[in-house]
Amino acid sequence: MNHTSSNPVYRMRLLTHRIGIFMSFSAMALGIFFLAWILITLVMNGASAITPAIFSASTPAPGSDDGGLANAIFGSLLMVGVSTLISTPVGILAGIYLAEYGDESWFAQATRFVVDIMLSAPSIVIGLFVYAIYVIHTKHFSGWAGSFAISLIAIPVVIRTTDNMLALVPTSLREAAYALGAPRWKVALMVRLRAVRAGILTGVLLAVARISGETAPLLFTALNNQFFSADMNQPMANLPVVIYQFAMSPYDNWRSLAWGGALLITFGVLGLNILSRTFFSQKAQG
Amino acid sequence: MNTQNNGNLAHGANGNGNIEISGLDFYYGNYQGLKNINLTIHEKKVTAFIGPSGCGKSTLLRTMNRMYDLYPGHRAAGQILFQGRNILETGEDVNMLRARIGMVFQKPTPFPMSIYENIAFGVRLYSNLSRGQMDERVEWALKKAALWDEVKDKLDKSGLSLSGGQQQRLCIARCVAVQPEVLLLDEPTSALDPISTAKIEELINELKEDYTIAIVTHNMQQGARCSDYTAYMYLGELVEFGETDQIFLHPKKRETQDYITGRFG
Repeated sequence: MNHTSSNPVYRMRLLTHRIGIFMSFSAMALGIFFLAWILITLVMNGASAITPAIFSASTPAPGSDDGGLANAIFGSLLMVGVSTLISTPVGILAGIYLAEYGDESWFAQATRFVVDIMLSAPSIVIGLFVYAIYVIHTKHFSGWAGSFAISLIAIPVVIRTTDNMLALVPTSLREAAYALGAPRWKVALMVRLRAVRAGILTGVLLAVARISGETAPLLFTALNNQFFSADMNQPMANLPVVIYQFAMSPYDNWRSLAWGGALLITFGVLGLNILSRTFFSQKAQG
Repeated sequence: MNTQNNGNLAHGANGNGNIEISGLDFYYGNYQGLKNINLTIHEKKVTAFIGPSGCGKSTLLRTMNRMYDLYPGHRAAGQILFQGRNILETGEDVNMLRARIGMVFQKPTPFPMSIYENIAFGVRLYSNLSRGQMDERVEWALKKAALWDEVKDKLDKSGLSLSGGQQQRLCIARCVAVQPEVLLLDEPTSALDPISTAKIEELINELKEDYTIAIVTHNMQQGARCSDYTAYMYLGELVEFGETDQIFLHPKKRETQDYITGRFG
C-alpha cells in the first residue's frame, strides 16, 4: 500500500495542513509588521532625545529650550513602586483566597466575577473613581491618588494570575501535604504558593509593566508637575501624562521629549517582559 | 524505634494498635463507593488491598486518614476504631490524626523545596526540634527509606531534582520522619521501574517491624510478596479477607480465585 503521494486522504490532509500553516504565518507576519513599524518609528524619533539631560533636567517651561524628563521618570518610578508595594500583597492574598475557597463559597465566586470585570474596566473610569473618592476630598491632585488609581488596575491582574497559577498545582501535591497533618493555611502558603512562585512573580512583573504605561488613571489623580517633587501629597509628574501633553504641543523640543519618554516606557516594559519570561523559564526550581 | 528520636506525638501506649473497621459505608455524593466494609488491620503487619480498578481500594485507604474530608460531598458512615476512638466522628482532630496515620501516594509528590526541607516540613508541624535534633531526624528518616547514601551530599538540592524512584523514597522518608504509627501506601510503586520497586518492597519489609502498614496494589505478585494479610475487593465490597497465604493458595471464594488466577479483571 502506498501511504504517501498517491494516497488521496493523505494528499487532502497535506493540502489542509499547508493552507493552515500559510494562514498562521500570514497572521503572524501582519502582527510583526505593525509591531516593527511602531518600534522603528519610535526609535527613529526618540533616540535623538535620549541624552544625559533627559535623566538630569526637569521638564522645560513653555518656550524654553532643552529640558529633560527627570521629574517625570522619578514620579513614574515612585508611583509605580508604591503601587507595586500595595498591589502585590493584596493581589496575592486575594488570589490565594480565591484559589482556596473559590469553589465552595458564594462570596469567593462573586469576588472572582468582580475581579474579571475589573480586569476589563476602562482605565479612565478608575481614574475618575479615585478622583471622586479621594481627590475631591483632599482638594488637590497628588502622587498618592495616582498610586491608588494604578493599584486598582494592577490588583485584578495580580489576583487573576495568582488564582490561575495556583489552580495549576496538582491536587496530589496538596493532598501529600495534608496527609502529613499540615493545617490548611500551611498547605496553601508553604506548599501550594511555593510551587508556583515563579509564575506569580511573572504576574506581578506583567502588572507592573501594564501600569507603567497607563495615562488615563493618572490624568485625574496625579495630574502632572512641571518641577521635580518627591512629595506624594502634591501633584506628581509622570511619563505617560507628560507624553500625552508634550506630544500635542507646538514646541519641537517638547515633542522630541515626548518621543524620548515613549521610547523609555516601551523599552522599560520590554525589559520587564523579558525579565518575567526569564523567571518563568526557571520555574519548578525548589 | 530509635529512642533518641521518639517524637512528641502522643502514642497510645496501652491502646490496641489495630485498626478495626466495621459497617463502613462511603459516599461520593449520591454514589456509594464502599458498602458495609468490615475488617481489622493488624498492628505491625502488612495488609494488602487488591482488586480491579474502581473497586474502592484507594477509597478505603483514604477513609483511614480522613483524606476525603477535603472534598465537599464525600462522606463516610460506620466505624473505624483506632486506639479506642472512632476516627470518623466529627470531633476528631484530622490534622493530628494524619500525623499519626501517614500516607504515601501513587505519584511521587516532592514539595518544591530542598531534600532536607521536604523531610523537616512535616516534623516541624508537631515537634520543636533543635537544629542538631532535626539533622538527626532527617538522617534517620532518609536511612529508613534507603535514600541516605544517595542524597547525603546534596540535602540542600531541590527534591524535584531526584529521579522518580528517589522521589518516591523521599516521600516515604517524609512520611516516616513524622513517626506515625500507621503507614497507608496507595499504589506506591505503580509509577516506578522494577529496580526502584524492589527497593521499596524491601523497605516495606523493614518498616513493618515498627509500623502498621496498609498497601493498595495492582500488582498481585507484589501483594503476595510483601503482605501478611490480603483483602480482595470488588465493586465497593470486601469479597474476601484473610492471611495472604490462604488468600493466594486456598481462596474460599470463587471470585477471589478467578481474580488471582487472572481469569477475570
